[in-house]
Amino acid sequence: MTKPLTGAQIMCEALIREGVEVMFGIPGGAIMPFYYAMWDYRDRLRHVLCRHEQGAGHAAEGYARATGKIGVCIGTSGPGATNLVTPIADAMMDSTPLLAITGQVGSHVLGKDAFQETDITGITMPITKHNYLVKNVDELPYVFKEAIHIATTGRPGPVLIDITKDAMQKTTVPNWDIKLNLPGYKPTYQGNRRQIREAIKLLISAKKPLIIAGHGIIMAGAHRELQEFAERLRIPVITTLHGIGAIPENHPLAIGMPGMHGWVHVNRAIQECDVLFNIGGRFDDRVTGKASTFAPHARIIHVDIDPSEIGKNVRVDVPIVGDARLVLQALLEDLPPPSELAELHTHASDWMEHIREMQDKHQGKQQYKNRAAMANMSLPPHDVYEALSRTLNARGNYRVVTDVGQHQMWAAQLIDWNHGPRTHITSGGAGTMGFAVPAALGVAIAYPNETVWAIVGDGGFQMTNQEMATIVQEGLKNVKVAVINNGYLGMVRQWQELFEHKRYSGTPLSGPNFAKLAEAYGWKGLTVERSEDVQAAIDEAHATDGPVLIDFRVEREVNVFPMVPQNKSIGEMILSESQA
Amino acid sequence: MKKHTIVALLQDRPGVLSRVIGLIRRRGYNIESLAVGHSETAGVSRLTLVVESEDVEQVVKQLYRLIEVIKVSDVTDDPTVEREMTMIKLHAPPAARHEIISMCSVFGARIVDVGSNTMIIEMTGTPGKVENFIEVVRPYGIKEMMRTGRIAMVRGARGHNASEYVEPATNGVAVPALN
Ligand SMILES: Cc1ncc(C[n+]2csc(CCOP(=O)(O)OP(=O)(O)O)c2C)c(N)n1
Ligand SMILES: [Mg+2]
Repeated sequence: MTKPLTGAQIMCEALIREGVEVMFGIPGGAIMPFYYAMWDYRDRLRHVLCRHEQGAGHAAEGYARATGKIGVCIGTSGPGATNLVTPIADAMMDSTPLLAITGQVGSHVLGKDAFQETDITGITMPITKHNYLVKNVDELPYVFKEAIHIATTGRPGPVLIDITKDAMQKTTVPNWDIKLNLPGYKPTYQGNRRQIREAIKLLISAKKPLIIAGHGIIMAGAHRELQEFAERLRIPVITTLHGIGAIPENHPLAIGMPGMHGWVHVNRAIQECDVLFNIGGRFDDRVTGKASTFAPHARIIHVDIDPSEIGKNVRVDVPIVGDARLVLQALLEDLPPPSELAELHTHASDWMEHIREMQDKHQGKQQYKNRAAMANMSLPPHDVYEALSRTLNARGNYRVVTDVGQHQMWAAQLIDWNHGPRTHITSGGAGTMGFAVPAALGVAIAYPNETVWAIVGDGGFQMTNQEMATIVQEGLKNVKVAVINNGYLGMVRQWQELFEHKRYSGTPLSGPNFAKLAEAYGWKGLTVERSEDVQAAIDEAHATDGPVLIDFRVEREVNVFPMVPQNKSIGEMILSESQA
Repeated sequence: MKKHTIVALLQDRPGVLSRVIGLIRRRGYNIESLAVGHSETAGVSRLTLVVESEDVEQVVKQLYRLIEVIKVSDVTDDPTVEREMTMIKLHAPPAARHEIISMCSVFGARIVDVGSNTMIIEMTGTPGKVENFIEVVRPYGIKEMMRTGRIAMVRGARGHNASEYVEPATNGVAVPALN
């Protein structure tokens, strides 16, 4: 191709070459040349006009998290770019492959406080895996290729490209014969064989081994290998918040979620185990509680693709840097024959029995929702989750996106996650309220034939619900929103109730009539106030060929239990208000 | 906390130094000195960092997360040559000059400018020696002082030639300097 193209056309071509099909954004002065060029590519590059750049960023994240492909978001210079900061930070914390494209003022006025000039590469330096300021049209093919390579390989993450307006307008003959020049970027994928043998030795000699499956399993697509490995050794598997889907929860070896709102039997098992094998989890403080007291009897094996995660929060005995799938494959290859695993298997079944006993004794899912305190509530939140879990599991073909707060923890706890990886998507590391509705938009675009549920609190919903208009404009019929409406910034209120003398400072929250708001957006809006109406509303949402919102007006002051108070050992869980 | 000397090779790209400095700031590492400049290989800079840390391995790993960082070595326990340079503008009335000059010759410092009442002295040496020199001349009255960061080089055949890590200019294809 020897035809000269504008920088903006080159950007479109570069994205298409990298397999990008959809982008989420909002135009403005500095990015207008890109939108001008986009018009000619509109049959191959779908542009989704969002209502806020934060929404565009989360939508791109949702798309990326659901597909594993890069999510692309666009903003203009200045406020357009700064509105992308939250989703970029969110993507950094949750290792989401995200490409943020921002327009920048012309290079001749750069650094002069020109209209809508913001130093977005400076601002996003600590929250991107890498970023670029492009002032020269000739650099565009290279930068786009490198940026997407960096965002999607190794430990994925957000990359931002800021392009001056003149670089988009100038023309050049693009050179697509690109060899990346990245001597400092060589992710390690294959685990070290010696360490892998060491890990097997440890696991085989263990009497109380445990596996923690983290986000790395999902991102590497290692769920089958994980399941096979756990089955071969008969080791119980814990799934972190982002590891949900790594193993179906109805699998006999799956024991559930650890950490601050994990289950008692899971946290106790961690405190008792003698070998802890963490694949693709980063020992976040919401998982470990007070790190110095975490898994005191365990030798720890940690597999992570990012070397800096190993040994960062907890001491590690066998570090393995690599891709979760490739490491598990190597582990499977090196496993001794079943005859040599007999002893391990006996220990394993005693151990599993012990864990299940603890599970029966302390409230697992089943007992928890039958707590007497809920008996005379007209709509305990648990009834919503129970019905959702039942219905989703019966129907299949769904994705769930959750926001941040109590409703998020209940979703992780109370829904039976049996349908594989990438069916549960949430903002974990950053805990970004406002994530769910726009992220659901991105997921719905990626999977138009599946039902995408956003479960969101009344607080988070009021941060980004304007993307409901985007969902209508894009003709998406597969989005359903469940607002768990408790009239509070519930999770904060819970902390105030338990640890701050019930000083409900800044947490009681009003809102519009959400069902009417939904109707105003052209959605169907339903309101549910009693447990007996929950199932019918969920069924109606599924039966409706279009977006539906259900405002579940749940009991206002219900707490998420079990709970590990902040900075406490995960061995010290509280199970009810009276223990706080 | 132990002091560590770290030497790193960096791909020259705009903003690379602010990435390194930003990382050190936000991770809360204490740096005592930082010096950076061109290496023997075009397109690669060499950085010497003196950092106080209980977990220097984490510092090294975090540096590696930066895309431009090619090679990081903790040379604290290696045999190295370490140097630092200082320039001191000293109060030096004619009566004191003789003494100052002889002091300089003991330390191998050079007088690079003489004014009516001042001298500028340049001194290069190990950080300890520079420190000693400063203490010795301080009583005369230091009007201005500047110190470069420390640079360190591993002795003998060990160490890293930057060209090991950088591919020579590629098959005529545009690999923009990204400037
Ligand atoms: C953007 C943002 N602001 C503030 C917080 C702090 N925060 C965490 S949970 C929470 C309450 C969320 O309330 P709501 O969305 O109603 O959900 P609920 O906990 O009631 O289920 C708040 C304010 C946050 N996580 N994100
Ligand atoms: Mg709420």
